[in-house]
Amino acid sequence: MRYLPLTEADRRAMLAEIGVASVAELYADAPAAALLPGPIPGLPGHQGELEVERALSALAARNLPAGSVPCFLGGGAYRHHIPATVDHLIQRGEFLTSYTPYQPEVSQGTLQSLFEFQTQVALLAGLDVANASMYDGATACAEAVMMANRVTRRRRAVLAGNLHPHYRDTTATLGRFTGFEVVARHPDPRGRESLIDSIDDATSCVVVQTPDVFGHLHDLAPLAAACQAKGALLVAVVTEVMSLGLLTPPGAMGADIVAAEGQSLGNPLSFGGPHLGLFAAREKYLRQMPGRLVGQTVDADGRRGWVLTLSTREQHIRREKATSNICTNAGLCALAFTIHLSLLGEAGFTALARLNHAKAVQLAGKLGDLDGVRVLNDGFFNEFTLRLPRRASKLVNKLARRGILGGVPAVRLFPEADGMSDLLLVACTECTTEADMDALCRAFAELL
Amino acid sequence: MTTISGHRGLEMEEPLIFERDAPGQSGVDLPAPPTAQTRLGRVAPRARVGLPGLSEPEVVRHYTRLSQKNFAIDAGFYPLGSCTMKHNPRLGERLARLPGFADLHPLQPVATIQGALSVIDLLAGWLKALTGMAAVAMTPAAGAHGEMCGLMAIRAAHDHRGGPRRLRVLVPESAHGTNPATAAALGFTVDTIPATAEGRVDVEALKARLGFDVAALMLTNPNTCGLFERDMLAIAQAVHDAGAFLYCDGANFNAIVGRIRPADLGVDAMHINLHKTFSTPHGGGGPGSGPVVFAAALAPFVPLPLVVHNDDGLRLAETQDEDDGTALAYGRMKAFHGQVGVFVRALAYTLSHGADGLHQASGDAVLSANYLLARLKDRFNAPFPGPCMHEALFDDRSLKGTGVTTLDIAKALIDEGFHPMTVYFPLVVHGAMLIEPTESESKATLDQFITTMSGLADRAKAGDVAWFQAAPRLTPRRRLDETLAARRPVLRWRPE
Repeated sequence: MRYLPLTEADRRAMLAEIGVASVAELYADAPAAALLPGPIPGLPGHQGELEVERALSALAARNLPAGSVPCFLGGGAYRHHIPATVDHLIQRGEFLTSYTPYQPEVSQGTLQSLFEFQTQVALLAGLDVANASMYDGATACAEAVMMANRVTRRRRAVLAGNLHPHYRDTTATLGRFTGFEVVARHPDPRGRESLIDSIDDATSCVVVQTPDVFGHLHDLAPLAAACQAKGALLVAVVTEVMSLGLLTPPGAMGADIVAAEGQSLGNPLSFGGPHLGLFAAREKYLRQMPGRLVGQTVDADGRRGWVLTLSTREQHIRREKATSNICTNAGLCALAFTIHLSLLGEAGFTALARLNHAKAVQLAGKLGDLDGVRVLNDGFFNEFTLRLPRRASKLVNKLARRGILGGVPAVRLFPEADGMSDLLLVACTECTTEADMDALCRAFAELL
Repeated sequence: MTTISGHRGLEMEEPLIFERDAPGQSGVDLPAPPTAQTRLGRVAPRARVGLPGLSEPEVVRHYTRLSQKNFAIDAGFYPLGSCTMKHNPRLGERLARLPGFADLHPLQPVATIQGALSVIDLLAGWLKALTGMAAVAMTPAAGAHGEMCGLMAIRAAHDHRGGPRRLRVLVPESAHGTNPATAAALGFTVDTIPATAEGRVDVEALKARLGFDVAALMLTNPNTCGLFERDMLAIAQAVHDAGAFLYCDGANFNAIVGRIRPADLGVDAMHINLHKTFSTPHGGGGPGSGPVVFAAALAPFVPLPLVVHNDDGLRLAETQDEDDGTALAYGRMKAFHGQVGVFVRALAYTLSHGADGLHQASGDAVLSANYLLARLKDRFNAPFPGPCMHEALFDDRSLKGTGVTTLDIAKALIDEGFHPMTVYFPLVVHGAMLIEPTESESKATLDQFITTMSGLADRAKAGDVAWFQAAPRLTPRRRLDETLAARRPVLRWRPE
């Protein structure tokens, strides 16, 4: 077997050194009845690289790659162009095949790139500090609520109706089992929900998404003031991190914690994972933050270097008193994010965000001109919601048969809510061409 | 030796990317936007973000130089106990990057994602077959996330049964820190079970703590001392007699995969770290993936979504539904459908090995650890006699009186070209050194490591304390001041 270096002669020599006759003897402590004498019956045997590649390629061929057709899907995962450099650099074995930098002297590469990542995330969010990543945006959101509960010593979180339902469900699931209360409000596709009245003295935090799941943009300042007046924290969720190249960051509008999905930078869609959770907060809440943190220090020769720090918050030191149970996070996805953002730089990132917005403005104009189609958004970044004269899910299936991924029906995200059936979420990115837009508009005109 | 440039041969000094800023520069060329019109409603556009500008070659060089300051499995022996740093086949990287997997949106119509659902379904089938379990939840994103999923299922099952609330979870003192952290996060009281002098769960102490308020025992088997829990069946029996569930931390599954099915040990739930046992790259700390297998009693209590079969093929069950068997399913662990990119790699690994290869791999991992134990136990003290499983554990007793510590041995190993073992864990032995060779190492590498460790032991006995304390000397940075980092946290770059 190509992955196993030991030869039969090696194995015999090693057994002799140990003083046993067979590997089975090494399992003497296991119950004899549970120990299988050979490979598990009924499962296939080993295969060469060619055969495995053939088998999995055949499965891949049964999928429709989003980039092979006009694609207008968003809803929390976005198809952006990833520069070739990103994928090359993250596949360097020194990054790919190392682990959590427990030994800083031989991990300065990972540590320095994570320090850069933390800085980038803090800058994007408009907050003081960021951690070295969470699993994804939804788990970052749930962790943000847990952190707000610790900071405020309250146990009631208000979730905006237009929070991505997967984020809502992830948070509510945690709430159900850990015993905090989740007030999940009804979605408002027009984006006119006011949350201020739902805050009271028992509220630990309000979680609000901008751009929200229907694409609406929100000025968080009034809500931040209302939270502050009641002693609650404001948690801002961002599912499209590209928007932070154009829009005022949540931190600058008064958010205390930002929980975001970072997939749009450097990471492929990958059918929904692995993605990348971003987590930033005000410095005064540092000790209540979840996850790994990289900090600057000096070495024995006085030279600047980096280490994992403040680990007394973490499970491997604090055990049952830890701020979170998270251990392995999204390291390589964070590296991809950092390299992509470094390539873009200030000029590239802001230009790319403007380009995304401009494409969406262009498409919203075209679609809004069609009979019976209405754009529900006053403002949006690169995704907006249409009200259609018929059921969106049927239309989307018909579009798929024509080779167009025409958007996300709102019912796909809100299967249990009323009034969603004729709503369609449509997203553009820099990948969207004018020909894609025209194909969508033509198909709409024919199918509606 | 100092140089004029600050570089040292192949090892380059590299500032932060922010300190390489050439304002206005970019490594990406973009077209002009199709319209200058904006539709931002009442929200203001932002001013500067504060990012540096660099060209593409500068970015490539920056991160290439950073990469060269990392130790990695590709480069050398990485026997980090509990982490299963085995070879990462590049086949998985190639396959995960096929557009049919990497470029697939999670919300595409179901007819366009049949192959991806098959990947989830096939890997789920393997995981069930390898563990003998009835069901598997594929969505948890890492081992600790899987622990959470497993304990949620246990809580849900107890709630469904009714009866008094079970608020205690038993955790052996040798457990990974994630176990008590998970149990506590879910509102359970953590009750620590002591270990015996043989490094195993004290069954009598366990029985004394079991009661009708205990929800589960979280057990790692093979345990973190590198030993198989000899009384496993009695433990399972006692736990079940008390009406509790047996949760197994699957971090050490690599020792038994393809040889022992956890279901045959009485396990009710276990997470599987795909980035350990199934060889997906650790990536400097993730992404991982932590599917959880469940025995029949817990099978209905899984998180959504699930992949289900119907007449047209496969589909995602995303809501509670009697017909889908998800009536008792609970909530959601994360957005979308799991770490599918990791699944592709794990499936490629599993198909490559097959049942016979997995059987051989776990055997080789255990053989290699026992070989290290046999050859090093004269130089370092092994607190528990063998045979061990896939990890060899030593303590610092043999270093007593030398002034050399476990940490010094670790740092000296770095200069010798090895990644240190896990140190000071498990907590149940003093100055622990937990060595996990995996099945990926040749005998020549193991022998070189043995020679090196033996030499270090001799050097410690010779009283060369200053030499140890100055290690490492040959790394991009020498020992770093962790106290300073924690006392005055600098967690981001700021402009001067």
